[in-house]
Amino acid sequence: MASFLIYINGEKRQVKVDGNTPLLWVLRDNLKLTGTKYGCGRGLCGACTVHIDGEAKRSCITAIENVAGSDITTIEGLSKDGNHPVQKAWVAEDVPQCGYCQSGQIMTAVALLSRNPDPDEDDINSAMKMNICRCGTYNRIRKGIIKAAKEMKNA
Amino acid sequence: MPNKVFINRRDFIKTISTAGTGLVIGFYLPFKNNLQAAESKSTIEFIPNIWVSVNPDNQVTLTVSESEMGQGVWTSLPMIIAEEMELDWTKVKVVQAPVDEYYFGRFDMGTGGSASVRTSWEKLRNAGAVAKDMLLEAAASEWSVAKNECNADSGYITHQPTGKKLSYGELTRKAASIEIPESVKLKDPNEFRIIGTDLPRTDTPLKVNGTAQYAMDVDLPDMVYAFIERCPYFGGKIKAVDDRDARNVNGVLDIFEIETGIAVVGLSTWAALQGRKNLRITWDKGSNKYPDSGSIYKFFKNRSKKRGAKGRSDGNVKRALKNADTVVDAVYEVPFQAHATMEPMNCVVDYRSDHCQVWAPTQSPKDAQKRVGKMTGFPIDKVKINVTFLGGGFGRRAFNDFVDEGVEVSMYMKKPVKLIWTREDDMQHDFYRPASRHVLKAGLMKDGQTIAWSHSVVAPSILFGQMFKYPIPFKDKLDVVALAGAKEVAYEIPNINVDYKSANTNIPVGWWRSVYDSQNAYANECFVDELAQTLNVDPVQYRLQLLKKSPRHTKVLQLSAKEAGWGKDIEKDHYQGVSCHASFGTYVAQVAEVSVDNEGVVHVHRVVCAVDCGQPVSPTTIKAQMEGSIVYGLSATLNGEITIENGAVKQSNFHEFEVLRMDQMPKIDVHIINSSEAPSGVGEPGLPPIAPAVTNAVFAATGIRVRKLPIKPENLRS
Ligand code: FES
Ligand code: FES
Repeated sequence: MASFLIYINGEKRQVKVDGNTPLLWVLRDNLKLTGTKYGCGRGLCGACTVHIDGEAKRSCITAIENVAGSDITTIEGLSKDGNHPVQKAWVAEDVPQCGYCQSGQIMTAVALLSRNPDPDEDDINSAMKMNICRCGTYNRIRKGIIKAAKEMKNA
Repeated sequence: MPNKVFINRRDFIKTISTAGTGLVIGFYLPFKNNLQAAESKSTIEFIPNIWVSVNPDNQVTLTVSESEMGQGVWTSLPMIIAEEMELDWTKVKVVQAPVDEYYFGRFDMGTGGSASVRTSWEKLRNAGAVAKDMLLEAAASEWSVAKNECNADSGYITHQPTGKKLSYGELTRKAASIEIPESVKLKDPNEFRIIGTDLPRTDTPLKVNGTAQYAMDVDLPDMVYAFIERCPYFGGKIKAVDDRDARNVNGVLDIFEIETGIAVVGLSTWAALQGRKNLRITWDKGSNKYPDSGSIYKFFKNRSKKRGAKGRSDGNVKRALKNADTVVDAVYEVPFQAHATMEPMNCVVDYRSDHCQVWAPTQSPKDAQKRVGKMTGFPIDKVKINVTFLGGGFGRRAFNDFVDEGVEVSMYMKKPVKLIWTREDDMQHDFYRPASRHVLKAGLMKDGQTIAWSHSVVAPSILFGQMFKYPIPFKDKLDVVALAGAKEVAYEIPNINVDYKSANTNIPVGWWRSVYDSQNAYANECFVDELAQTLNVDPVQYRLQLLKKSPRHTKVLQLSAKEAGWGKDIEKDHYQGVSCHASFGTYVAQVAEVSVDNEGVVHVHRVVCAVDCGQPVSPTTIKAQMEGSIVYGLSATLNGEITIENGAVKQSNFHEFEVLRMDQMPKIDVHIINSSEAPSGVGEPGLPPIAPAVTNAVFAATGIRVRKLPIKPENLRS
């Protein structure tokens, strides 16, 4: 066990865990931030996606010792009232079905839009193919991203 | 227990309304709407249907007893009540029902079979109408006016002549003392203003900000974490366990054997996982007659030569085949499929000395309660099942094996436990969609008539398999469920045989989105395409000819063909395939547009889907369910399969069991037939037509018939 200082959703947090513990379980078990989900544990599904220093990363294969000192954002920290343009677009397009993959989808989409405010179909495909949705909400995700991109440009 | 089911409706109202501050209405609307008769009998038809509760502050809470697994019951079911009750949708709050007899009755089978709207339609309409009627009555008595001068609208009762107005909230006290009417008038569908419209889903806000609670997210004080190492070999067992290293892992609390394997319990998820990784177990593989997929398909093939159990027998197929000018035959094979719900199996169990509480993503909460009661020895009222949101269900969560495990571990540890299955556990210990073999034969005449059709389904039985834990000997036993969609083949052919040949292996099988309709429709709809080809008739025209007596099939088929531009010019190198199938009371036709590249890879560009599910309740939900079913079915058509090697499932995670991702996603256009028939299911019927629509399109593109799923590019390389 060791002590790690991390910055989560703008707050400084100290956790005492083994250094090889994946960030995912630190978030869920220690910090009770359960919006980030476990889907495969091997970087294959994207359910656990968070932002580490602004980039979309798989928290299930990111050891806590490698992100000490980094800025981490989870779905809970994306916006105050669920009003990030991507979240709003998700509501407008009625994207979620079971919803289990959606935190990860939203975090990947937000990261995509922050580095590419005007993604075309291929850009969306290559960013979003990291995230599985077994309920098959892909087309609504696509619409949501396009809608959010528009709103963010006009803002 | 029988007596507990029934509650005198007056007592019931009294009890509830003195307990709370508002109006709570519990309904006992018997199926035939015959309260009198039902009251005097003891009460098997008596199932309470719904709870509506209105608070004085105008908050209306509607309770849903079906599990929300993404199919939208948290929206579509409350919409039905809101319609009849004349509610303001923005003030409606939805909650999950507690698992007890009031909501579930005694013989509840859980959420599945695309049944939620189908079976709730009438009772929820009644429930809403009764509530409205009581509020009208309350207002009329408050103002001492005639009830028929009052009008309910958007959460208010208005007295038309005077314009006096009271909100439902203001009427709760009074309404609580009104007797439940014996009969009510339902709205004319022409007056619907909620049903048939697109209202925002009630669960969406929770699902975009991380607050939706899945069982996986439940956190209890003093909770510990558990994983189970299960025998990977079907029919195998533990030979020896060396847990010394595992016990030395920091944070591991205990390791012990339970019915399904070795439980490792830790202070955190990671500690338990690390402990499990350090277990050294030697397995006894057991004896297995069919240790790999090859031997299973061979077994199916042998079974297909044996006599089957008749499911349908019209005319005389044998004679017709003899008289036919041409006999066409084909064999189709489909593999086992995993459910791979996005949220793996898991639950939280808090076992105490005198009660037990469970949080579970289950499609069968009543079954869970019964099992937990049996395991703990507690009476049912000491077992509380909390149904959380389900991170996907697709039939997998009709089985409560993971709940059993959680209870066993919590009882042993005497602590609250979160039991988690890894993705690998989930994929290797599923109840798989049965693999199957389909032998089809048809007799055609030179003049274009189709005179005979025969379909033998060779497949493991879910019903007579592991589900009830008694193996049925491999003799000709009819499992009608296994013939779903095969038996009901809608084509009008004078001589039809459909039979079933059971072929049980020791691979656990279960309900998988659309169940046997998925395999049977694939065989039917590919074969019918082969017949059209043999007769040199357009596949849509050929089907229409044989569906003259099936207007609902005809309508969806025509609509999908029209919207897809069937027979018209489409993009170069794109080809279309069609299929049409009814299941769960719903009619669906699909046209898939594909191209096949030089590597033999199939690209699905567009799917046009026409659906007739009776009165559409929530069009956006219907579309979402069609889209979801198409995606789920496409994964099984183009990508993943479960194969058996050495007595175990070969695939362990999404790198080996590939599912459809964004870059493979076709455009999907869903067209809903406007109908006033009673609504039917939408969670599954969109799935069966997709595989044959795609393989028929692949034939159009390549001239190659795909008779085995999933499609393998190496078989299509030019
Ligand atoms: S859980 Fe991390 S990628 Fe699947
Ligand atoms: S919404 Fe269910 S997995 Fe994506």
